[in-house]
Amino acid sequence: MAFLNHGVRTIFLVELLKGMALTFSYMFRRKVTLNYPHEKGPLSPRFRGEHVLRRYPNGEERCIACKLCEAICPAQAITIEAEPRADGSRRTTRYDIDMTKCIYCGLCEESCPVDAIVEGPNYEFATETREELLYNKEKLLANGDRWESAIAADLAADAPYR
Amino acid sequence: MIVQALAFYMFATVAIAAGVMVISARNPVHSVLFLIAAFFNAAGLFVLMGAEFLAMILVIVYVGAVAVLFLFVVMMLDINFVEMRQGFLQYLPIGGLIGVILLIELLFVFAGWTVTPDAGNVAALPMFDLSEVSNTRALGRLLYTKYIYLFQAAGLVLLVAMIGAIVLTLRPRKGVRRQKVPDQVRRTRAESVEIKKVETGKGI
Amino acid sequence: MAELWTGYLLPTVIIVAQIIAIVAPLLLAVAYLTYAERKVLAGMQLRKGPNVVGPFGLGQPIADGLKLLFKETVIPSGANKVVFIAAPVVTFLLGLIGWAVIPFDDGMVLADINVGILYLFAVSSLGVYGVIMAGWASNSKYAFLGALRSAAQMVSYEISIGFVIVTVLLCVGSLNLTEIVRAQEDLWFAVPLLPMFVVFFVSGLAETNRAPFDLPEAEAELVAGFNVEYSSMPFALFFLGEYANMILMSAMTTILFLGGWLPPIDVAPFNWIPGPIWFGAKIAMVLFVFLWVRATFPRYRYDQLMRLGWKVFLPLSLFWVFLTAGVLVATGWVPK
Repeated sequence: MAFLNHGVRTIFLVELLKGMALTFSYMFRRKVTLNYPHEKGPLSPRFRGEHVLRRYPNGEERCIACKLCEAICPAQAITIEAEPRADGSRRTTRYDIDMTKCIYCGLCEESCPVDAIVEGPNYEFATETREELLYNKEKLLANGDRWESAIAADLAADAPYR
Repeated sequence: MIVQALAFYMFATVAIAAGVMVISARNPVHSVLFLIAAFFNAAGLFVLMGAEFLAMILVIVYVGAVAVLFLFVVMMLDINFVEMRQGFLQYLPIGGLIGVILLIELLFVFAGWTVTPDAGNVAALPMFDLSEVSNTRALGRLLYTKYIYLFQAAGLVLLVAMIGAIVLTLRPRKGVRRQKVPDQVRRTRAESVEIKKVETGKGI
Repeated sequence: MAELWTGYLLPTVIIVAQIIAIVAPLLLAVAYLTYAERKVLAGMQLRKGPNVVGPFGLGQPIADGLKLLFKETVIPSGANKVVFIAAPVVTFLLGLIGWAVIPFDDGMVLADINVGILYLFAVSSLGVYGVIMAGWASNSKYAFLGALRSAAQMVSYEISIGFVIVTVLLCVGSLNLTEIVRAQEDLWFAVPLLPMFVVFFVSGLAETNRAPFDLPEAEAELVAGFNVEYSSMPFALFFLGEYANMILMSAMTTILFLGGWLPPIDVAPFNWIPGPIWFGAKIAMVLFVFLWVRATFPRYRYDQLMRLGWKVFLPLSLFWVFLTAGVLVATGWVPK
């Protein structure tokens, strides 16, 4: 009986037809395509995208040049130089991130004691030249100003789990 | 009529030119490609004579199958053309001698060739009226009635050649594991997969 | 002068006009077949497919064509230039010349020759030359391997296609394509010769190098197979040739098994629709199955492909030739 069953299945290509019926049924299912530049997928508050350097609400930059991020960075993408500022506070004179080296592990933001360096929700920062991906302090602070509201919301949303 | 004459001269000229190129082209792949061109023009000549069945069979069998295999083999030849041309002058005298001898022999054969006066009648005898039946049908009727034994004999010769080629090249190898498709297809989930509960640290 | 006009020039002009009337819609169909392929594959993979260029993405094939046209033609320095350029031209040409004998309706055919089906068979068997020439002339290992695979594959599957054609011819008694369609007025050959229909369709997939038999261009192992070295217009010609061949193969299937221009049932609402539309609809249906198969099945391994061709299809089709001949003789249905 089993032999007959197999014979019939082979001769009438039952398995092939089953497969084709399955793919045909998929034609009428709801499509999952996102029309990317117009529609975007949801992001977690913990999403690790482009780096920013944040400021306090009064405009003072948060970074205190402790260099923990530079020390922990596994890709050695961060370079920091620091000097006391005129008012005696410790600040960075140079804060560079080589985005071509960065592996987006998030250890810099984990190590930061003042939440200064944060990986924001922006992932659309492709450039036409390699040089544009070597971020300096100015660029990072500008990013911080642009994305501050989104980052503050994300940090607040994630705070209960930390 | 003039179109037919023009077509004939075109096909004939190209066929001869391609034939010359087959033996004179340096690159063997080019030779085979010219051979294909010659086949095509021969097929064109057949069409002009009203033998469209033969023309199509020529294209299918010779161009579509035989020449592909030629090309297949010739493409994979690894020939150093410089080395091949080195010995050319050295072997020219003896090669030329053999060629001349062959030519003389052929001349003798053709000089003594006589055609019986009623040869034309013998050849034309079983011909069908081509205005009534297509030449495919005429060919079939002739081949499977009058010449059936010769046709079958030709088929047997080809069969023997095929079997001979297989016997000569087939070498049985021991220890070859072959795929058995029916066995694979017949496997079911029940007899090939088993889920076991493994206790921690015990192993199976 | 008048004789020259009526005798030679006028027929030439008419023939050229007929050729254009066939080739122009064909090229349009080829362009939109690529669009249909992307849409069908997308649909079966839960995607949307091209939908940006023009309404529903209908401008996509035009955009793709223009892009290819404006790219640079790269000829590898080690290539055999004449053969390299000739190969895509041959492929494209063979995709077009087959249409000379295809009947779109009763009597609506460019060249109604006696051996139409043999002509089609010859054209489809010549398709291998474009591939093999491209592979050899590119002077590249991937291209060469693709060409070799293709040559062996097409020669193997041609044989079973030949036997399938013989089976149909036994039932018709003529090699003329119009006669073949007329013989199916009562019953399409797909019904009594169903196994041969399946064999022909699958062999057609192999003959046109379509999935699951697209070994010659297996992108996973041979990069792109025989056309790795091609770019720009030569590549576009290969592309067009391949899709034109697909349409030609579908037209052959339609004529041999699905009754060409005939309506499914010869009753009132069906036979109002003109023949060419039925013919086109059937071709479109067969093409849809081509795409459907591509979306469903994984690629064959090479030895399995050869096994299928030589050990399954060849004996099966040979057996069916004998069976058909026997049944026809025994029942006295042999067409005279």
